[in-house]
Amino acid sequence: MSSPQAEPRVTLVTGSTRGIGHAIARTLARAGHPVVLHGRTEGPVAAAAAALAAETGAKIAAVHGDVADLAAVAAMMREVHRLHRRLDGLVVNAGIHDAGPLGMMSGPAVARLFQVNAVGATHTLQEAVRLLRRGVAPSVVLVSSVMGTKGSPGQAVYGATKAAVAGLTRAAAKELGPAGIRVNAVAPGFVRTAMLASLDDAAARERVRATPLGRLAEPEDVASVVSFLLSDSARFVTGQVIGVDGGVVL
Amino acid sequence: MDDLDRLRAVFRSTLDLAPDAPDADVDGLEYRAIPQWDSLAHMSLVAAIEDEFDIMIDTDDVLDLSSFAKAVTLLDKHGVVTAG
Ligand SMILES: NC(=O)c1ccc[n+]([C@@H]2O[C@H](COP(=O)([O-])OP(=O)(O)OC[C@H]3O[C@@H](n4cnc5c(N)ncnc54)[C@H](OP(=O)(O)O)[C@@H]3O)[C@@H](O)[C@H]2O)c1
Repeated sequence: MSSPQAEPRVTLVTGSTRGIGHAIARTLARAGHPVVLHGRTEGPVAAAAAALAAETGAKIAAVHGDVADLAAVAAMMREVHRLHRRLDGLVVNAGIHDAGPLGMMSGPAVARLFQVNAVGATHTLQEAVRLLRRGVAPSVVLVSSVMGTKGSPGQAVYGATKAAVAGLTRAAAKELGPAGIRVNAVAPGFVRTAMLASLDDAAARERVRATPLGRLAEPEDVASVVSFLLSDSARFVTGQVIGVDGGVVL
Repeated sequence: MDDLDRLRAVFRSTLDLAPDAPDADVDGLEYRAIPQWDSLAHMSLVAAIEDEFDIMIDTDDVLDLSSFAKAVTLLDKHGVVTAG
């Protein structure tokens, strides 16, 4: 195992059928850790889990459910309990994106963004806490966004949901620190995933120009920071929201 | 030890009751009725019940777990046989 932690660490990564979540799951699985994959519906996550198990040889399980639905999240955690009895790592990554100028975001669009990104992250953390309390050196990483820490035109609602994630992170770190649970967040910039598919070439070039490191992020750029935060190398780091954005200026 | 006694033992140890506290006293316990059963102890109590009976309790049930009697009902719901 290439991980500094010899012991296998059981980690649930929400929203890991593709994109950033999948890259995080793959990084952990390659280091030999058991991973629980998660997606909204059963089919895609089962397929992703089978493929990742074949690729890495790691122990990969799959759970599913809409994170906006508390009962579904509770059922997911019961399944994790049945499989592993505990969690050493939790990555709260599942999320959606939507953009539009203020005054032009529909009520349902606003509600859904908050329901998935902010309420969903809260449900996930709350329902996982008792599994984490049983974990070894437990660590939680939530996925916020540069839109939540710095903001940008057209991103007010999405940014607000991601600022909620940063707030959740800081409070949870203080509350769960005495139980030995670390809680941090990453705030990615522009990452090449399906979420960015709506960017045309000109818009992508614009984002690259605004990024001192001169490119968009790959999901693996985020995954390596998340895997550091989950690991013993970050054992004295908690309550931080770490930008993984190439220094982007918004 | 039957399941009811196991549950009483969890309450006695988590809430720092005397090991020989009478069953009737344990059975009558209510959340916040004694200083030891505060919100912090509540989380430890929930974790201890989960560990003892190998179950996972939903957040709604954690909030609803306001007495020993409610804990018995909860165990019944999880298929742990406490009666008879
Ligand atoms: N891409 C970026 O530039 C960027 C930048 C900053 C932050 N982020 C954040 O990073 C996270 C991952 O983004 P990504 O780019 O990897 O997106 P993605 O490729 O669209 O993947 C999103 C993942 O989340 C799952 N998901 C979405 N809604 C869900 C719900 N209601 N319940 C359960 N699962 C749900 C999806 O599962 P299904 O396939 O089942 O829907 C999928 O596995 C998000 O929180 C996003 O806000 C992304």
